[in-house]
Amino acid sequence: MSAGPNATEPNPHDHIPAAASNFLTRYVFSTDHKVIGVQFLFSSLFFFAVGGLMAMVIRWQLAWPWKPVPILSQWLWSSPGLGGQMPPEFYNKLFTMHATIMIFFVIIPLLTGAFGNFLIPLMIGARDMAFPKLNMFSYWIMWPGFVLITLSFFVEGGAAEAGWTSYPPLATAARSTPGSLNGQTYWLLALLCAGISSLTGSINYITTIVMLRSPGMKMFRMPMTVWALFITALLQAFALPVLTSALLMQTLDRLAGTNFFTPVGGAVANAPAAVGGGAPLLWQHLFWFYSHPAVYIMILPGMGIASDVISTFSRKPLFGYKPMVIAMGAIAGLGFIVWGHHMFQSGMNPALGATFMLSTMMIALPSAIKVFNWIGTMWGGRIQYTSAMLNAMAFVSMFIIGGLSGIFMAATPVDIHIHDTYFIVGHIHYVLFGGSTFAVFAGIYYWFPKLFGRMMSERLGLIHFFLTFLFFNGTFFFMHIVGWHGHMRRIADPTVYEFLRTPGVVGMNQFMTICAFGLGASQLIFAWNFFYSLVAGPVAGPNPWKANSLEWATASPPPYYNFETLPRVYHPPYEFSVPGGEDDFLPQTTPLPDNITLDPVMA
Amino acid sequence: MRYWSLIFALAAVFSVGAFAYAPFSADWWLPNPAGEPYHSVSTFGREIDALFLIILVLTGAVFIGTQAALVWAQFRYADRIGEDGLPVRPAQYFHGSQRLEVIWTVIPAGILVFLALYQMDTWAKIKFRSASPRTPVLAEVTGRQFQWAMKYPGPDGRLGTPDDLFTVNDLHLVKDQTALIHLKSADVIHSFFLPQMRIKQDAVPGMAIPVWFDCDRAGRFELACAELCGWGHYKMRGDVVVHETEAEFQAWQAAKLAEQGRSQIAGADEPEGDDR
Repeated sequence: MSAGPNATEPNPHDHIPAAASNFLTRYVFSTDHKVIGVQFLFSSLFFFAVGGLMAMVIRWQLAWPWKPVPILSQWLWSSPGLGGQMPPEFYNKLFTMHATIMIFFVIIPLLTGAFGNFLIPLMIGARDMAFPKLNMFSYWIMWPGFVLITLSFFVEGGAAEAGWTSYPPLATAARSTPGSLNGQTYWLLALLCAGISSLTGSINYITTIVMLRSPGMKMFRMPMTVWALFITALLQAFALPVLTSALLMQTLDRLAGTNFFTPVGGAVANAPAAVGGGAPLLWQHLFWFYSHPAVYIMILPGMGIASDVISTFSRKPLFGYKPMVIAMGAIAGLGFIVWGHHMFQSGMNPALGATFMLSTMMIALPSAIKVFNWIGTMWGGRIQYTSAMLNAMAFVSMFIIGGLSGIFMAATPVDIHIHDTYFIVGHIHYVLFGGSTFAVFAGIYYWFPKLFGRMMSERLGLIHFFLTFLFFNGTFFFMHIVGWHGHMRRIADPTVYEFLRTPGVVGMNQFMTICAFGLGASQLIFAWNFFYSLVAGPVAGPNPWKANSLEWATASPPPYYNFETLPRVYHPPYEFSVPGGEDDFLPQTTPLPDNITLDPVMA
Repeated sequence: MRYWSLIFALAAVFSVGAFAYAPFSADWWLPNPAGEPYHSVSTFGREIDALFLIILVLTGAVFIGTQAALVWAQFRYADRIGEDGLPVRPAQYFHGSQRLEVIWTVIPAGILVFLALYQMDTWAKIKFRSASPRTPVLAEVTGRQFQWAMKYPGPDGRLGTPDDLFTVNDLHLVKDQTALIHLKSADVIHSFFLPQMRIKQDAVPGMAIPVWFDCDRAGRFELACAELCGWGHYKMRGDVVVHETEAEFQAWQAAKLAEQGRSQIAGADEPEGDDR
């Protein structure tokens, strides 16, 4: 970065742009990264509620198969002649859309869209993103996606029901299942929109982080959140083109009569045989080439957020800052060569499975290193139990479970038994709820004052955390046990099978469902806390948590130009409790005391 | 404040407790025949269970260790404010330890590589085509929305001849004999899942995949579809009957053939089919 010879001299290239002139360009079609971040936040939280409600209905059916859902059944699907029962194809729509919405319209846009947009320029000391108009586009291209995914419930045949993985031929053959008639096409187009949004966003993040860091902000002085978002953006930029082409290929198979994924003479449900010549497994390779990295896209930003929150509230430097960054890079690199572990039982050459097992085992290593470093960060600290900190701790604690359960499925022979069972459902929820969602909560509690200039209620935050944490474990832990007992995923009625009809399994299913309702209801406290604090929370100062990184060096909420003068950075953001200092924190804009030299390998 | 660590301890104890209780309940443990909750019926099942237990013990130990360290750090290093409004104890100031980083990189790496290599042999035995048994095929199983169509070679031991026996959702095999199956799909992807025998293999349209397994207990078991295949996926269930002796199996086959009888054998006199 070219900077003036000393800190006080203003950069001649730096100027404050003019403010947006009217309401529409300021708050709706805004190019301000903070407004775009907030837009992503609100739409994702809305879809979080939608996807969460779907999960409640799914759980109802699993606990009490075919019992009419109270209140909802008469509005949503029931024919009175069926006594209000949920048709199995509606159940399939629910889990398909629950996963699709949660992954593509909640977790990814929340972590990269909301936090990425809001935090990256503030944390690296930039006035805005490198391409503000492209940034605006990356949000508004989500809207056709929102519309299509919602509309798909109302087309003939209803919403897609081929699972969020949409394996052909189930997804491509129009007559294979009602949702494949039209809903699947809407699903494909909606995902294309979400993909374009992520892709444009990632290009913006990479460029911004590489080009727009403020003077003194070396790469190894960036907060972990920015590192995580940077590596995530690289993953997106390299993996998304593959998903985009796969989605287009499936769309062409459905609409234009191509045969990328249809075998020779393939016919479903007595439809005329297709010419074929394609391969169903090709889709799985292409899909997982993106969607495995997508798992890391959904967890890496969480790791970054947890690192920042844990260091701040332990009042202690992050343990092994550089090893943490390298571990994240290793996860991203290895993340590209493990996709085959989703396909161990798919009919893919088993010898290939053996190599994917080795790479998958190795990717557990950087994750383990990160866990040890987080515990090391707390060790010897002065831990402050704020809502943000508790959620970040829950991230670590639950990510351990999600990481360890992954080893079972990485082991190909053991995977034979637990593949496509509730064990994998438990695993993904320990990673995506136990990991990503707790990190999202931590991030919201932590940056809410910066986002909106007001504090959230700590008391309500603690209650929300307490209930969420307990009900979360009650909901998802038994999934491992019913899973290794053989409970298949995606079945509308487990009691069809003798071995899933036993009192123990039925009891666990009902317990999980009751906990799921508790988990859902607990989020009302969060919603109340969020919206009440938005208008009536106590006014936050610029730096309520006494943290070091640059976003806390400006007002809350920051002005549209972020910083009066671009700040000068002297050290990484983790210098807490520096000996001899008056305060227990040292903002990045303040030089280190003369007697302190940082360990060049660790910090 | 420090008592917040207890909720994390509670979650860890709950997790360990549930896993520790699981082997003592047939409903919570791996699926095994009723009355014999610890007996895995197939050769592959016993190997898979042994590998599963190794991973369970290793990950269990790591889980208890990391959770204990986490809870201890949360409890021991909770901030305390003295009467003067100042922290009783300052936070330590350090940025990490190269020695620790090396230790907790090398040891887990060793364990993970060991785990991966240790699984290879069993995996090769169960799935590699080069390991498939040189026995006559028991049946060709075709998944189709939403049933399992079985084609047995019949008395002549060859598929595609007039004495083939067709059943739906009814797989029969003989105790202690390796059953070799050719797995196909007629429409979408299905997955052939025998929970008690720990066998799972996707059935892919356009592919014929060999699957082999055995069973050392006679009796009835269940066949499930484990890959989403449409609205009726949940009920794509089959019966698996393991006969005590070869003779019993032959008797069942003969009876079924007689039942299938007339039309099939009558039709066999006409010149048709690709096997003539």
